[in-house]
Amino acid sequence: MPDPKNDSESVESAAPIAKKVSRRQLLTLLGIGLNVIAGALFSVPIIGYVLAPGGRRAMRKDVEWVSLGALTQFPIGETRLATYRNPFVRPWDGATGDIPCWVRRIATDKLQVFAINCAHLGCPVRWFPQSGLFMCPCHGGAYYADGSRASGPPPRGLFQYDYKIEKGELRIKAGQMPTLASPPSVASADQPRRCSCA
Amino acid sequence: MRLIRLLGKWFDHRLQLGKPIQEAMSHPVPRRAASWAYVFGSASLTVLILQFVTGICLAFVYVPSAGEAWNSLQVLNQQQSFGWFIRALHGWGSNFMVAIVLIHMIQVFLFGAYKYPRELTWIVGVFLLLMTLGMAFTGQVLRFDQDSYWGLGIGASIMGRVPLIGDNLVKLMLGGPIIASETLSRFFAIHVFIVPGALIAFVGVHLLMVLKLGVNEWPVPGRIVKRETYLKEYHELTKKDGVPFVPDAFRKDLVFSGIVILAIVACAALFGPYGPNGAPDPTVVRTVPAPDFFFLWLYSALALLPPSMETVLLLVGPPVAIGLLIALPLVSGTGEKSWRRRPFSVLAMLLIVISLAAFTRLGLHAPWSPVMDAWSSAPVPKKFLEGRSPLEFQGAIIVQAKQCRNCHALGGEGGQRGPALDAVATRLTEDQLIRQVLQGGGNMPAYGKNLSPAETTALVAFLKTLHPANQRPAADASLASTAPATKGP
Repeated sequence: MPDPKNDSESVESAAPIAKKVSRRQLLTLLGIGLNVIAGALFSVPIIGYVLAPGGRRAMRKDVEWVSLGALTQFPIGETRLATYRNPFVRPWDGATGDIPCWVRRIATDKLQVFAINCAHLGCPVRWFPQSGLFMCPCHGGAYYADGSRASGPPPRGLFQYDYKIEKGELRIKAGQMPTLASPPSVASADQPRRCSCA
Repeated sequence: MRLIRLLGKWFDHRLQLGKPIQEAMSHPVPRRAASWAYVFGSASLTVLILQFVTGICLAFVYVPSAGEAWNSLQVLNQQQSFGWFIRALHGWGSNFMVAIVLIHMIQVFLFGAYKYPRELTWIVGVFLLLMTLGMAFTGQVLRFDQDSYWGLGIGASIMGRVPLIGDNLVKLMLGGPIIASETLSRFFAIHVFIVPGALIAFVGVHLLMVLKLGVNEWPVPGRIVKRETYLKEYHELTKKDGVPFVPDAFRKDLVFSGIVILAIVACAALFGPYGPNGAPDPTVVRTVPAPDFFFLWLYSALALLPPSMETVLLLVGPPVAIGLLIALPLVSGTGEKSWRRRPFSVLAMLLIVISLAAFTRLGLHAPWSPVMDAWSSAPVPKKFLEGRSPLEFQGAIIVQAKQCRNCHALGGEGGQRGPALDAVATRLTEDQLIRQVLQGGGNMPAYGKNLSPAETTALVAFLKTLHPANQRPAADASLASTAPATKGP
């Protein structure tokens, strides 16, 4: 390796030891420095790669309007299961890319679209039209027909999707698993502004 | 024979492992420590090796893809030669692993073996326990079925309760916005590479410390651990009353490990592999997800925690519990080792074991979950119908049709979410029944919007008949005192 000090080596060999050690120290420091840089270059992409799904860039594009099919499938006064293909899927997602939700049609253009996931811990709630309740099979949560909490451990009513009707099609804004940290819509069945139809 | 010895010499001349192995094998252990109580550590290692072997075998066929994992498990179960048996061995091995690690931990705790100078051995052991539980959970995820899918949903929902970064954590755990292919791939990497790698490293350190520091002596009441004198006392003990680890202690390890492997093989052959149950299709909502045995206590806790403190306990509880386990040897690193002189430790251990056992038992029955099909599958017992009026019959039909039975048992059948209705008339008067049905209360939803006045009348008429023949129904005391007894409320 070309080194400006190289020429003086024979001269310095007789000089005090301290100087000679500092040359070796330089090499050691160089070695450490190189590996720190290499380590950083190596680990930053790895950390970025592993943490990417939780990062800000991934979060920005996680909802989209998806179709639940023709509005006519949902009779007024009834609550029915609908499914949609999640807008963000991989070709090898299989059935896990199909997400169900409950559609309650109150009037011609007035609906509620509930997430399948219980607000407690995400288990699939089931609709019982006879008693007008959603029941959760895991920890015993129950909700009324309008999605508001009836009993059990859920801390709030069912999660609801924002919806719109376009050319006779029902569309909802969906794409991520609803949790307390990321409810699909700000609207909550527990809020008084919801309709309370029988 | 001569050739083998020659070959052995040739290798050892180069490897130079003979002497350290000889030393490790013959290292002295206290005579009483060569006991049946000390076999659980080595048995854990045996099962771990078994898990590595069967796990690698499963990876030959298993496909870690959300779309194909479940199908590849079917191939393992149905088509691949011995596939079902390898799956069964791996599943039962996992159960035995958790059980033996827990017993090992209890034994170490009761024998005070975590005290000076073995604090770090215990702390490394705590991490080994966490990794074992982590392997059990991620393994359940790889059995990619309905339970696995909704179990991930529960995990994500717990993450979603973390303040501020909850959303990020959910997506980090799932590897994306929903439970799908990246979720499974992530858990595959954790289960197959990350945790097993860490396990090898931590088990190595754990074993190294056992060798260097010696096997814990049998605790004798009154023999106090002091930092200044312990090492000297221990060496004197092993010199005076020690036996070589091989064969004196090792033969018991050998026997017990053999029994454990045979037990795993027997369970695998008799009971077969775990699932998978239904395919992981979230649109199939007729499912009752439940965790594997060793997480039932958590399942119970999640159902029974008061909602107001649930988030706090979920997020603060685990770090506090792990912190306590790690702090244990640092806080009580000296003093008595014998359980006879440590009543508080024994009681604390009993409390934890009994609590976990009780929660696990509750988890097996899950009385908090409505029985989703009770209303259509469990008819009203005949004895509650004989000699009833048409109105009361109508009420009995409403009890079924309005799914009351999903939460309320009659004749021992039905949900246990609410109280059994067999003798409800002895507890509630007519007015109280009407109020409870219409307005709900406690854990009961209000049915006011879902029952017409006629239905309510019929329902309450039937409920009023639900009392033992020799026991009078509840009556409003204020009315009973004024009105003639015959009319009653």
